Amino acid sequence: MINQQSPFIQKAASVTNIMLMVILALVPGLIFYVYFFGVGVLLNVFVASLTALIAEYFVLKMRKLPPKVYLSDGSALVAAWLLALSIPSIAPWWIIVVGTLFTIVIAKHFYGGLGSNIFNPAMIGYAVLLISFPAIMTKWPSPIENSLSIESIRQALQVFFYGLTQVGDGLTSATPLDYIKTELLQGQILPDITIRNVGLATILTSNQIISLAYLLGGIVLLHKKIISWHLPITYLLSLSFISGLFHLIDPNNYSTISFHLLNGGTMLCAFFIITDPVSGPTTPKGKIWFAFMVAILVYVIRVFGGYPEGIAFAVIFMNICVPLIDNLTQPKVFGHG
Amino acid sequence: MNIIDTIFKFNGGIKADTKKSVSTVRPIKKIKMPKQLILPLRQHVGKVAKLKVNIGEKVLKGQLLAEADGNVSAAIHAPTSGTVASLEKQLIPHPSGLPDYCVTLIPDGKDTWVEKKPINWKKIDRKETIKKISESGIVGLGGATFPTHLKLNNNNEVKTLIVNAAECEPYITCDDMLMREKSAELIEGIRLALHLLGAQNAIIGIEDNKPEAIEKLALLIKNDANISIKIVPTIYPSGDAKRLIYLITGIQIAKGKRSTEYGMQMFNVATIIALYKFIHCGEPSITRIITITGKVRTPNNYEVLFGTPLSDLIIDAGGKASQNGSFIMGGPMMGYKLPSVNVPVTKAMNCVIDAEPEMIENNNPVLPCIRCAKCAEACPVNLQPQELFWFSQSNQFEKAENYNLFDCIECGCCSYVCPSNIPLVQYYRYAKSEIISDRYAKEEADIARERNDFRLERLQREKEERAKKIAERKANTSSDEKSKVIDEKRKAITEALERVKQEGVSEKND
Ligand code: SF4
Ligand code: SF4
Repeated sequence: MINQQSPFIQKAASVTNIMLMVILALVPGLIFYVYFFGVGVLLNVFVASLTALIAEYFVLKMRKLPPKVYLSDGSALVAAWLLALSIPSIAPWWIIVVGTLFTIVIAKHFYGGLGSNIFNPAMIGYAVLLISFPAIMTKWPSPIENSLSIESIRQALQVFFYGLTQVGDGLTSATPLDYIKTELLQGQILPDITIRNVGLATILTSNQIISLAYLLGGIVLLHKKIISWHLPITYLLSLSFISGLFHLIDPNNYSTISFHLLNGGTMLCAFFIITDPVSGPTTPKGKIWFAFMVAILVYVIRVFGGYPEGIAFAVIFMNICVPLIDNLTQPKVFGHG
Repeated sequence: MNIIDTIFKFNGGIKADTKKSVSTVRPIKKIKMPKQLILPLRQHVGKVAKLKVNIGEKVLKGQLLAEADGNVSAAIHAPTSGTVASLEKQLIPHPSGLPDYCVTLIPDGKDTWVEKKPINWKKIDRKETIKKISESGIVGLGGATFPTHLKLNNNNEVKTLIVNAAECEPYITCDDMLMREKSAELIEGIRLALHLLGAQNAIIGIEDNKPEAIEKLALLIKNDANISIKIVPTIYPSGDAKRLIYLITGIQIAKGKRSTEYGMQMFNVATIIALYKFIHCGEPSITRIITITGKVRTPNNYEVLFGTPLSDLIIDAGGKASQNGSFIMGGPMMGYKLPSVNVPVTKAMNCVIDAEPEMIENNNPVLPCIRCAKCAEACPVNLQPQELFWFSQSNQFEKAENYNLFDCIECGCCSYVCPSNIPLVQYYRYAKSEIISDRYAKEEADIARERNDFRLERLQREKEERAKKIAERKANTSSDEKSKVIDEKRKAITEALERVKQEGVSEKND
């Protein structure tokens, strides 16, 4: 392009750079994920990436857009990674493929492709899978002693290709969020649940360490100004506030702040999911409202709803509200009263 | 004197690589007399100046060549002594790229001045001095080229003179160098401007990347309680008038208002020095300082006569004055690409960048907007550039206006940071021009419609009048003498009234 008009200088991280930074920031979390739960998640990420790139390539061809330009923007990869990290690492390959296809083809390109998708593509893919295949989508792995041993890798490949039924259910366990919810429903109180269950304790620690690794990546993104503070900070503060409030009122039935912050997808959500620029609000105040509302919804779904984790639904619901939020939170223009 | 540090930071802005230091290592330079000087008759905002000399006439340095046509206009003087060779359309440095009328002056090499007439401003009336300034040809030398006498003469009471020494655009250093080398003149000029404005105090707003200039000025105003320096951070566009006033005073000039309504007037440093030279030395506006930078071997500031061919400067600075080159006039953020290197230096020309190819050719692909709001974070006016872009590119101009398109100062910060590499400002320029031309067309149509309505109304009224008169006449024939007299009188009155109305209407119709 010949630039005939000012400005003649520019200094911006390209979309590609931004997306690559996001992917890099996910790596620490991914490493700990593998360490605790085995290589299944790597297979997920790999197949999701491959599926996303191939699907994107064909859709771009069909839409007569230059594949080289748009494939290298990296947005398809980010969506694929987020989806893969949200799916249980013991899910079979076709779940990943179906979810990724949905993410890229429907949620991204049917809505107009890069920049036009009103919903967070990865969350749409996740929600579709959760509704269609609830049994597979709610079976989470138990931690593995020696996650990188030949035996563990062989097992992971087997699960990946043939599904859990071939290998047996011994590998799975409920997530802490899920487990606690069920126990509470059966009339138990929190202090007893956590103390009694030793297996749960190891899962808790591994989850917490993975969460902290995501947090680390998120802090890097904040520091590099790839994302603004409004969304993640508000989200974490709001979730802390509401979970703290309930815990204070009734510690026997409502988990602690740290439990909510370091379990499920909280950190992934705070720094990587709600920060998707395309489907999120643009104004600073709008970001604060958006993150606050997602946090409240996530808590409500987690604690009172039918699903153990509520991020996808909360985000999708709030995506619908984005135009309204943006409209109501326009900042004051310079020199306008 | 005091140096104040408290500033009111505006939202956004950018910290660009200023590239200023390359052109400040050498002192301001002069080049040898060019073979010819080309002087456009319009180098200012307002009406074209009226030619006052004949072709072939010999003129002296500082002699009036063309006088201001009315109040909103500025005179042009001969930058040196010589012969007026021609008056014809030539290529000028203007964004339109269109040629305009220029006087060509062939210097005689003697550089003989007309009789200089310094003005004893302390003795004569303020208004009279300002009237003299209207003949000086001085316009805003920061690039805006608004006739300076108009800014001295205003109805609002001005308390504070703001001296714009921010020079926030990258590359440009002409004001910086001027302040370093002519600091005494500047301070004297400020005292003069304070007097002319009837203002009490002056604040020099200067970016913190000019420590040498700050030091020199600070020394000179040590004992002057009326002049202070306010150092602002190097964040583009701190030199934008409204942004600078906010930085310094915390006052946001509202949309559509002038700074004088808030008791403030702003002048650029070069303009103030031009005023000083005119009043103290009797020299009209015939030179300016210009930064030649970019690809040239020795970037430098030059003191040049107006009309000097730009190519002479480029060559002196070690550049190639070739037609294939790209030359940007003004800064890289808000300047424009010159149609050619063969244009003369004008009053507006503060800087010319011999552009690196990557400034002109942008090889990164343009992607769709990803709504990252980086542009909104960078916008010093607090607009939502991504929304403005969306509405401009989809021709939803009304919506763009609702999102305050016309508050956009085209500073380019949004384009500068956009990861999708969208030339946002180009869209805003396009939308603005579309809206303005639409409005113009609509106004024309409205006037035509109004005219037609008037005409129909008048025809209708005339018809009614005639019918009434006929009816009256019929009634009158049967009435007695007395009532006849009364009726006639009444008729005369209505007719007179009617005439007046008619005239009124036809006046409006003109
Ligand atoms: S910076 Fe560019 S991509 Fe980001 S919101 Fe603004 S226009 Fe869109
Ligand atoms: S060009 Fe206009 S919209 Fe862009 S940053 Fe400057 S003022 Fe804001």
